[in-house]
Amino acid sequence: MLRHLLQRSLDLVIVLFGISVIVFLMIRLIPGDAVAIMLGANTEVTPERVAAMRGALGLDRPLLEQYWVWLSHALRGDFGTSIWTGRPVMQEIAAQIWPTLQLTLFSLVLGAGLAIPLGCLMAHWRGGRADLVLRVGAIAGLTIPSFWLGIVMLIVVATLAPSFASLGYVPFSEDPLGNLQRLLLPAVALALPILANLSRLVRTAMLDALGQDYIRTARAKGLGERAVLYRHALRNALIPFITSVGIMTGYLLGGAIVVEQVFSIPGLGRLILGAIAERNYPLVQATILVVTVGFVLVNALVDFAYALIDPRLRTAS
Amino acid sequence: MSQSRRIAIVAGVFVVLQIVLALAAPSVAPYDPLAQDIVARMKGPSLAHWLGTDHLGRDIFSRILYGYRTALIACGIAVGLALVIGGSLGLLAAFYRGWWDRIIMRAMDILFAFPVMLLAIGIIAMLGPRTESAAIAIAVVYVPIFARLIRGPAMVLVESDFVAGIRSIGATDLRIMLRHILPNLASVILVQSSLLLSAAILVEASLSFLGLGTQPPTPSLGLMLAEGRNFVLLSPWNAIFAGLGILLLSLGFNLLGDALRDELDPRLRGQS
Repeated sequence: MLRHLLQRSLDLVIVLFGISVIVFLMIRLIPGDAVAIMLGANTEVTPERVAAMRGALGLDRPLLEQYWVWLSHALRGDFGTSIWTGRPVMQEIAAQIWPTLQLTLFSLVLGAGLAIPLGCLMAHWRGGRADLVLRVGAIAGLTIPSFWLGIVMLIVVATLAPSFASLGYVPFSEDPLGNLQRLLLPAVALALPILANLSRLVRTAMLDALGQDYIRTARAKGLGERAVLYRHALRNALIPFITSVGIMTGYLLGGAIVVEQVFSIPGLGRLILGAIAERNYPLVQATILVVTVGFVLVNALVDFAYALIDPRLRTAS
Repeated sequence: MSQSRRIAIVAGVFVVLQIVLALAAPSVAPYDPLAQDIVARMKGPSLAHWLGTDHLGRDIFSRILYGYRTALIACGIAVGLALVIGGSLGLLAAFYRGWWDRIIMRAMDILFAFPVMLLAIGIIAMLGPRTESAAIAIAVVYVPIFARLIRGPAMVLVESDFVAGIRSIGATDLRIMLRHILPNLASVILVQSSLLLSAAILVEASLSFLGLGTQPPTPSLGLMLAEGRNFVLLSPWNAIFAGLGILLLSLGFNLLGDALRDELDPRLRGQS
């Protein structure tokens, strides 16, 4: 058990280190002179300005030293100041991360929550017509572009209920109802592919679990069908489900960036697209690093929680 | 005929039809996808324009056909690149084990740790928004998927008796990998390529929608959706049909991959 946790922790450190190296190298691998490109987006490029910015960003020092300085600052949450606004990069991210996080969480709860009963129903009806319809429906759901679904829902809502506020964002603390109302459509659009994916997974895992010996034993000792399904089969079927939910979070974060644009939500999507448009590379870099590290840490937590829950992992050394 | 075989045939026909339409776009499309007709702009479907016209009066149906071309070429190249690079890495890791395996798969873990869209956006931020950048970004994102996919079954094959036999008669490593191991992985590769093409079409459309992929005036489904989004309440047709196009293209490859997996995986045979 302890060895397992130690091994996982070591894996985690290596992955985090690798992520930091890739994100660090991004700005250095830009074809051409990154500094001239950055300056060219807003002002006239002169040799003095290029040298000044290069100095300010520390790009004139040896690569290893650059990495060390960058990493040690990043670990303290210091990503420098945004090139054009002069505000700390971390502050700009913090100001726009909440709508994205809230949207991601909302759709995760919606998609994952509905996937369990739906997957169980599909397993229950396996082989029948209803199962076939749901399976094809699940594949269709998987390939519906969320941003298109969002636009279609916008059209429908604007036609049927013109007074329903579906664009923009208000913080939950200011107007809880308005906040949830505006997040409803984007969350549904984002949740549908997740729901399709996870319900298929629950179906397969349930069918798998139901074919196992311990289910036969449970039935043989006279347990009711409901106890067999929920207490024995479902619990085991949920193990692959939880791993997938962790991976889905990454998909949702990416999807949220796109869907935000449909619904004019001022989140990370707007931040990162704006940063790309004005060649504000340090801001792009910091946003990618913060979100990816957060995503990896959440998955690691799920993983650790798992080792504590699953008796097979608990006893394995 | 089994259910999965029927689905596979229907999906296969559907996919081939779409590919043919895309490749034959120059001769099939009723209009020039770039020709503007300002007088007839933002019209709904009619006999002259089957799916209507966009905000510049361009024929939506013709633009969708050309959009299919853009999407299929970009995604085909992306998945192909990912397969060649990721597949080779997975094969090398499985064949040489030890440090090769550890270093390659660690690198793959690290790439895999990034949320797909975020890594793609980061790569495009470096390379500049273009169709080619989007294709490269998608390829990079899919490299670890192919590497992991190939490594597992390849390891089993490397250990098998028939490979030991071939080695004992003096076949070179390269020959064993390409002539004996790779052909045995064909079904896995086929299924995964189809499924990843389906996903790549969605990613490419998302990137173009964000303005990070194909640039105007080149017809692209994601771009049409973005342009349609701006005029959605005046004329929803551009957005609706472009999105449907993305959906159908992606759906075809997904159904095909799914049905092929059921058909080619002996463990699933007999189940429904």
